[in-house]
Amino acid sequence: MHPPSVFDPHSAYAWSIYHLTVVVTILMGVVVLIVTGLVTYVCIRFRERKHPGPRLSYGNRKVEILYTALPLMLLASIFGLMIRNMDASDPIQRTRDNIVVVGHQFWWEIRYPGTGIVTANEVHIPAGKPQMFGMEAADVIHDFWVPQLGRKMDMVPGYHRDVWLAANEPGIYLGRCSEYCGKEHAWMRIRVFAQTPANFAQWEADQEKIPPIPTTGDAADGARYFTTMTCANCHTIRGTSAQGEIGPDLTHLASRTTLAAGRLPNDPADLANWIKDPTKYKPGCFMPDLGLTDEQVRDLVAYLETLR
Amino acid sequence: MSELQVVPAEMERLHRFEETAGLLKWITSVDHKQIGIMYVLATLMFFLFGGVEALLMRIQLSWPGMHFLAPETYDQLFTLHGTTMIFLVVMPLLIGIGVYVVPLQIGARDMAFPRLNALSFWLFLFGGLLLYFSVFYGNSPDAGWFAYAPLTEKPYSMMEGMSFWCVGLLTAGIGTVASGINFIVTVATLRARGMSLNRLPLFTWMTLVNSFIILGALPALNASQVMLLLDRELHTRFFNPTGGGSPILWQHFFWNFGHPEVYILIIPAWGMLSEVIPVFSRKPIFGYTFVAASTVAIALLSFWVWGHHMFAVGLGHWPDIFFAATSALIAVPTGIKIFAWIGTMWGGAIRFTTSMMFAVAFLIQFTMGGVTGIMFAVVPIDWQLTDTYFVVAHLHYVLFGGTLFAVFSGLYYWFPKMSGRMLSERIGRWHFWLTVIGFNATFFVQHIVGAMGMTRRVWTYPNLPRWAVLNLISSIGAFVLGFSVLIFLWNLWVSAKRGEPAGPNPWDAWTLEWATTSPPPEYNFREIPPVHGRRPLWDLQHPESEKNPKEHG
Ligand code: HEC
Ligand SMILES: [Cu+2]
Repeated sequence: MHPPSVFDPHSAYAWSIYHLTVVVTILMGVVVLIVTGLVTYVCIRFRERKHPGPRLSYGNRKVEILYTALPLMLLASIFGLMIRNMDASDPIQRTRDNIVVVGHQFWWEIRYPGTGIVTANEVHIPAGKPQMFGMEAADVIHDFWVPQLGRKMDMVPGYHRDVWLAANEPGIYLGRCSEYCGKEHAWMRIRVFAQTPANFAQWEADQEKIPPIPTTGDAADGARYFTTMTCANCHTIRGTSAQGEIGPDLTHLASRTTLAAGRLPNDPADLANWIKDPTKYKPGCFMPDLGLTDEQVRDLVAYLETLR
Repeated sequence: MSELQVVPAEMERLHRFEETAGLLKWITSVDHKQIGIMYVLATLMFFLFGGVEALLMRIQLSWPGMHFLAPETYDQLFTLHGTTMIFLVVMPLLIGIGVYVVPLQIGARDMAFPRLNALSFWLFLFGGLLLYFSVFYGNSPDAGWFAYAPLTEKPYSMMEGMSFWCVGLLTAGIGTVASGINFIVTVATLRARGMSLNRLPLFTWMTLVNSFIILGALPALNASQVMLLLDRELHTRFFNPTGGGSPILWQHFFWNFGHPEVYILIIPAWGMLSEVIPVFSRKPIFGYTFVAASTVAIALLSFWVWGHHMFAVGLGHWPDIFFAATSALIAVPTGIKIFAWIGTMWGGAIRFTTSMMFAVAFLIQFTMGGVTGIMFAVVPIDWQLTDTYFVVAHLHYVLFGGTLFAVFSGLYYWFPKMSGRMLSERIGRWHFWLTVIGFNATFFVQHIVGAMGMTRRVWTYPNLPRWAVLNLISSIGAFVLGFSVLIFLWNLWVSAKRGEPAGPNPWDAWTLEWATTSPPPEYNFREIPPVHGRRPLWDLQHPESEKNPKEHG
């Protein structure tokens, strides 16, 4: 798992920003050193005790022009580097979106326009292939930020933005919402799974399937509960009558590794805890505590676990 | 020389500070000195509020998975902290010190509009109290100090907190604009004979320039607050995308105020340094014209850089490049100042009073805040680091390591004038060193943790490698810093009561405020020394400098 560090680039875009950051940081470090050095020298050399008689001077035009011109040149060269760098960090040519991410208070809707796949909170991409991400928001402003893969991009309601992201090698990349969006902003995290093309194709094939509705056992009861109780108002499970759009698509819930944008690991016990009382784990989230009995929860979990 | 003893002893007795200290006298006062002191006291109160808010947040963040604060409490705290420190501490503190010092520096009896001056103060105080009233009302604002729509619109913020934010700041903002006008008219009309504009003391000069920025910037904020309030209470749709409004419009409006605001928060502080550093180096400022002119350049440029707060919005490369260019340009006049101060110290006979030590620390810390600012002007770096703790570190290096250090410097410098007594240098050393250590411990590590991916405005964070220990260091530093503030307050308290008497001019300084008693009588000056140059009191001691054109400006 790659923590969301700026200093751990894994795509050409992130590398390009990383290089620029390192160069500018070094230059700026030198500026700080020069100023600190000058200040220290002056403080030691011209203390009253060492240097009791001040020299009367009102300035020196040459020096003044020098300390205007030198910073100007430094800044101009940084500006030049920046211009050269921008298109490499964030190419402006666009293609059709491979993936559209929609920020919701406090989870991510992830759509693959090419295949019609819809999932949530965990993005799968083929490693080594640049992906055109579309960014949208359903309610307030969010920001999609996975620094290892490229720049961040605000998601502003009413606007569509595009940004190129990629991962050179397979792996799990951690990111998060980077624009304050309300009470559970802290629990609005992202995981990007970069997979080898073969694995990604397999994942796509699995996601495109519609899971069968179980007909026996607890899971069958769970499936019934799901469509007859309020769950269906908010969640979609393809192949059933549940077509709600307020919460994440659960068609392949069991194929995800975490629940509720990284709040809980996705295992039967935590899933049961979540369904029983979501606001205990994410007090600001928009899934209410539905007052289910333990038995109903058990059945629902049994059903949701079949959604591979 | 003789003109230095301007006030006869009996007049002095008539107008002792203590005699005007009755509470009613203060409340009804239109005297700029009393109003200035009330500004300082009120901002100290808000500073304590903001400081406690910061410490509560730092306890919550000291370790991953802490449950000291509920998320909604945390959100209210960071909103109140930012709003308080910017609108109720730094801005009014700088204005307040200006209200005290500017009329004295130009040899005036008072501000041009003394009643308006009092009105500004009370609007600020009650605007601030109105904002804080929301705490008792049950819900304080919780959407961050820049209040991005649509999070601040009714559907996403049902409680009244954000409305309090609008109305409270609107009230205070009207007072601020009035102060701006007051300063401009005061400096334009009430200068002592002989004090031409290019002989203005630099603190007054910078306050003047600042007042023009206030006039340009504050209305943008106040107008957008009215619009937001209309959206919230009367269902208009300025910033609400569901009715054809635009959330990006709010950002343009807000930062059109917000970036000039950053300069409103620093320019008077630069003015303070431009008084303190020459006096304690025993030399006139190095390159007066460059320092003065660069301030004007900053004022003009400051209205053309707002977009650098919006690089992550995706406005397109060309707008980004435009704002990157203006933002890089504005760094040049800022750099000029740093070098001018170093040039002033060069060849001087530097006295390390506490005031001077804060000024010197400013030079280094503000430079650090400045260079991270340049990094944010480099668009791709901003695309990664904006909204992380790197920004939090940057802005605190500028506003605390910069402005507040300069204000401490200024308060150690002018406290003797305001109170007639010296601040204790011994306590001052403790205050200084604890502030330097606490400040850097708190904020330096935030650069690192920000670059490691920690975003701002999160009440909890994952236990990724090294995040916990860096945050712990920051929290410990915050408590050291909090303790240093208590020491400062203690210093103010004991020195006001038992400090050494200051006399009219304890620092052997040169500007007119030192040509009267400390504290000055109600009417400020009995007699104003002739002004032939930038350093009137120096000219009095050095009649030969009469012939030095450089002294004349
Ligand atoms: C009022 C709408 C609503 C109802 C009713 C509702 N949910 Fe949710 N649900 C949500 C929202 C919103 C989220 C996302 C929460 C978050 O992460 O902030 C969510 C998240 C979830 C998740 C985690 C999804 C993921 O990908 O991490 C599961 C599982 C879930 N709900 C199951 C259920 C079940 C089972 C029911 C019925 C008992 C139910 N929900 C009823 C709105 C609802
Ligand atoms: Cu978000």
